Amino acid sequence: MPDEIKTLSSQLAQDPDSLVFLRLGELLRHKGQLDTAHRVALTGLERHPHLPDAHDLYARILADRHDYERAFDEWDMALRIAPDHVGALKGLAFLYFKVGDVQQAAAHLEAAQRVAPDDPGVAQALALARGEGGAEPIAPAAQPMEEARVFAGLEGAQEGLLLLDASGRVLGGALKDPAGRDVTDAVAAYLAGVSQEAARTVKLLGLGKWTGLAAEGNLGHVHLAPPSSDALLLVVRDRAVPMGRLAIIAQRAALAARRWLEAHA
Amino acid sequence: MTAPAAAYGKALDLITRVRGVRGAMLVSAEDGIVVAEQLMEGIKGPALSALAASLATRLRRAMEAAGVGASVFWHLQAEQGALLVVPTPGGTLVVAVAEPDVNVGLVRLELLRAAEVVG
Repeated sequence: MPDEIKTLSSQLAQDPDSLVFLRLGELLRHKGQLDTAHRVALTGLERHPHLPDAHDLYARILADRHDYERAFDEWDMALRIAPDHVGALKGLAFLYFKVGDVQQAAAHLEAAQRVAPDDPGVAQALALARGEGGAEPIAPAAQPMEEARVFAGLEGAQEGLLLLDASGRVLGGALKDPAGRDVTDAVAAYLAGVSQEAARTVKLLGLGKWTGLAAEGNLGHVHLAPPSSDALLLVVRDRAVPMGRLAIIAQRAALAARRWLEAHA
Repeated sequence: MTAPAAAYGKALDLITRVRGVRGAMLVSAEDGIVVAEQLMEGIKGPALSALAASLATRLRRAMEAAGVGASVFWHLQAEQGALLVVPTPGGTLVVAVAEPDVNVGLVRLELLRAAEVVG
């Protein structure tokens, strides 16, 4: 394998537009050289932005690095380019498993199986999702989740995600300021009652239910969402994360929070 | 507040010209009192200003505690519309009430421009 890596690296150096970066990135990934694999995949993606395999490779490396949000985006992009991309379908199924959305995971695996009926990996994962063959289904709703795992698998679960009840009590997640200090309790205290106030404001205006509150700060952005009528979710990121992306992150976190709240009702 | 009262109307004009904006107002962040308003009929200015100021205070404190600094712009999203707010350094909230399909980026820009006028 090291020889093959050397050979492929040499080929890529000679022809930077070559598609050998796909094989090279995968080999490096398998060897656990994730930083190098990441560089190779990213450079390849910059040269071939419309190649679904490039997005798939990059997503797999991101997933190995536990950067699930960006992995989701890359697999999602691969599917937009090639709706039948088996790697992307399997990848998204994996991520849906991670957040406990077994239904979506199974739907993606079924789509993958329609495209690749002989893929044993797909069949095995699908059986797992359906709870067949004695295997336990990966279903957070069926398996009580620990409180600390409310945001399991989500980026920033212990520093930028917070789930509160109506009184400002912390239900899950944690928050750190840019200096690394734990500010969970202080922020939770200030946010107590925000959900009700937002609800009153939109009711006064006749705007239906409130669905989110996005705020831009000098040093970072926050997004608040109501996963239920008496709970509040807070997502905090630095200014490098655009507001639109933050809204997507918040949507995913709200889904995880909603499931957790339902399981603990 | 540094701008003369005549400038307030002009600042609000900037915002209400945007398609999908149902009204705009200037609110004292400290006490939630209406400073100036251009609202469509049916919107209760005094009640809205009080709620917007209260929300702004909670949000500012939470954001400062979280270390993300002072709020520059916030956007309360609802099923049938939105409330968009820019706090000014002088203690005024520039507020817009909008339809759900409004161009948020454009409203944000006009709110920021109006905030410069108001000071």
